[in-house]
Amino acid sequence: MLLTIRSLTKTFPGTLALDAVDFDLAAGEAHALLGENGAGKSTLIKCLTGAYARDSGNLHLDGAPISPASTLEAQELGIGTVYQEVNLLPNLTVAENLTFGRQPVRFGMIGQRAMRRQAEELLSGYGLDVDVRRDLGSYSVAVQQIVAIARAVALSGKVLILDEPTASLDARETEMLFDVMRKLRDRGLGVVFISHFLDQVYEIADRVTVLRNGKRIVTEETAGLDRLRLIEHMLGRELEAQTAEGAQQPAEPADPSARELHFEGIGRRGKIEPFDLSVGRGEVVGLAGLLGSGRTETAEVLFGVHPAQVGTARAPEGALDLSSPRAAIAAGFGFAPEDRKTDGIVADLSVRENIALALQARRGWSRPLPRAEQNRLADEYIRRLDIRTSDAEKAVGDLSGGNQQKVVLARWLAMNPRFLILDEPTRGIDVGAHAEILRLIEEVTRRDGMSVLVISSELEELVAVADRVIVVRDRSHVAEFTGADIAPDRIMRAIAAPDVAAPDEEAA
Amino acid sequence: MSARTLPLIATIVIFLLAYLVCYLQFPAMLSTRVIGNLLTDNAYLGIVAVGMTIVILSGGIDLSVGSVIAFAGVFIAVMLRDTGLHPVAVFAALLAITTAFGAAMGGLIHVLAMPPFIVTLAGMFLARGAGYMLSVDSVPIDEPFYDFLKDAYYLMPGKGRLTLIGIVMLLSVAAGMVIAHRTRFGTSVFALGGGVQTARLMGVNVGRTTVLIYAFSGFMAGLSGIVFSIYTASSYPLAMVGTELNAIAAVVIGGTILTGGAGYVFGTLIGVLTMGLIQTYIVFDGSLSSWWTKIVIGMLLLLFILLQKGLLRLDIRRRAGAA
Repeated sequence: MLLTIRSLTKTFPGTLALDAVDFDLAAGEAHALLGENGAGKSTLIKCLTGAYARDSGNLHLDGAPISPASTLEAQELGIGTVYQEVNLLPNLTVAENLTFGRQPVRFGMIGQRAMRRQAEELLSGYGLDVDVRRDLGSYSVAVQQIVAIARAVALSGKVLILDEPTASLDARETEMLFDVMRKLRDRGLGVVFISHFLDQVYEIADRVTVLRNGKRIVTEETAGLDRLRLIEHMLGRELEAQTAEGAQQPAEPADPSARELHFEGIGRRGKIEPFDLSVGRGEVVGLAGLLGSGRTETAEVLFGVHPAQVGTARAPEGALDLSSPRAAIAAGFGFAPEDRKTDGIVADLSVRENIALALQARRGWSRPLPRAEQNRLADEYIRRLDIRTSDAEKAVGDLSGGNQQKVVLARWLAMNPRFLILDEPTRGIDVGAHAEILRLIEEVTRRDGMSVLVISSELEELVAVADRVIVVRDRSHVAEFTGADIAPDRIMRAIAAPDVAAPDEEAA
Repeated sequence: MSARTLPLIATIVIFLLAYLVCYLQFPAMLSTRVIGNLLTDNAYLGIVAVGMTIVILSGGIDLSVGSVIAFAGVFIAVMLRDTGLHPVAVFAALLAITTAFGAAMGGLIHVLAMPPFIVTLAGMFLARGAGYMLSVDSVPIDEPFYDFLKDAYYLMPGKGRLTLIGIVMLLSVAAGMVIAHRTRFGTSVFALGGGVQTARLMGVNVGRTTVLIYAFSGFMAGLSGIVFSIYTASSYPLAMVGTELNAIAAVVIGGTILTGGAGYVFGTLIGVLTMGLIQTYIVFDGSLSSWWTKIVIGMLLLLFILLQKGLLRLDIRRRAGAA
């Protein structure tokens, strides 16, 4: 083995990010690393490249133990990384980027011609037709990626880690990148490839390792791995045990006339294909799909984060303006995003202030929410949601993940929206808080008649909470299940299609 | 034509057009005398603007240079008056002080991870205060060596004088061009301007580079102070207020992008000469208020900022179209 990782463990305050993970990479192998958000892919990569210090575990490269303390050190050892965001400088020329740090120097001055020759040499064999004297930024992302790869290979030359390299490439560019990857693999490099596009994984990877919740679930040859099985591994679901549980769901008759919100042909190029969606009063709609399939994009289009380019939204009182989050909030929408750390909470503000935030925003700055009212709201939601905090004035950043999530929920509940979008509401929180949040969703829909759209990669969660589940794949809505049809195995088949076709379930 | 060279070309075209306008109105302006004076009168600004260019290319700013120039003048005058040292020794000591001062600011910027704006603002007050401590009043410089420096010139065809300080300025620009565009240090400066995180990932020694950048700016400010003291043969602690802003304006008019990462040292020379040309025009005209200089410079700055924004937009749109 070129690279072996044994029982790598990494903890962050409150979470076990990697739990005794093993990983092998052979020379001349393309190895895909798969997993949903928070599975531990990037933590694994960062421990490997020295960006994070690991808690325990061993790394061996070419049989020798290594312990890189920085990405530079990892690079010198032979482990090069190319991130999704190109980590080169667009304002320098291609040649400067390629030779950076090793420019040929004579009498303290860089030899322009020698540098150009060196750069062209490095790029030969990558099938690129570029003028190395031009700015890197003047070329497409695909070319920039390949230049970044060429640099990483030139500097490291043993292990190449590609973190979602195809995320912003089109089909032709992806093919170009794969050609490069194949060539490098044939030259004997070990290539680690992170992606959530399964088609690409099957096209390029020799082996697949799946991580889930910080644990290695499986490592298998891609050729012998069934697509449905792979998705099971990623989402963590054994099909057999499921059918019975699904039937327990109360079958609610979906009465389209009672639906309150109608979205017709809403979509945005490059984000989500136009889709129709109607949501009833008090209804919980689940959105299932793999990471990057278009589930978060659906939420963002509905909430105006990336406003829809086509389509209309209607409510009983007329057409809705969803052109910006501000407009969506005015229309009575709420959105608790997936990454609450960056998008949801304001860590330095207190619990009270975080809860009052959205309500205050709707009132405008000229009509401050009275302090007494803020206190009342904070106390009410701390009690109702059982937020574990010493008092309402504690900074939200000091709370645990589950309690932070509850604060985000409280903020939107305080607005009393008619339509609340929750993106992965239970991500990264403990089991107890998990159940409470599900109970809360049920409470607000049954009691207050709020409509909720829940996005989740945990199918049990969707089965438990949703009245209706919509499956998203390849940026379009492909299937819909209601009542007794909501069962993890059916959802999973719909996610896995087209290979595992289940035509009778595509009754969207 | 790339987005990189366009601002430089625009700068040169604007300078030539402005010169053409001046020439059409006052044919006498196209003479080596005017050109020689342009270089001499703006020597101090050109030198300090070269240092500023390097700083701005790295994504930083140095607000201290105007005060450092004033301090340099006072330091030289007081040392010459009180110690009897040879001017060359005084110059060497001064350059050592201003370079160390710049290096210290660079070190603080890096170690404390403070914005350069704040650190060099503190430096600005410090240097101004230090000048005051040496002398509150204007100190004349009465030194034969100074007369020699001031009168040293090369007589160009057409009786124009290419003075020593003009030559020092041109050499500074040449040195700045080599450093910025032809050395590893220069590439690191551009890398920092492109993005500190990425630069670090690519192996730039961020701390060392930052210290060197501000040390270079401090050195250039010191050199500029020497040139200015030769030019005026006196010193005053209140002199040169706002010179740092003139230098920044020259850099931006010269086509360097204020956020860093793109630009040419040569453009800065053109920027300085453009600003000098406006002043010369006003002198030739005779009836215009000198405040017109400020107004024209303000408009030019605005034009270049708009040009940069427009180019950026165009670039984004072109890439979106290509994708």
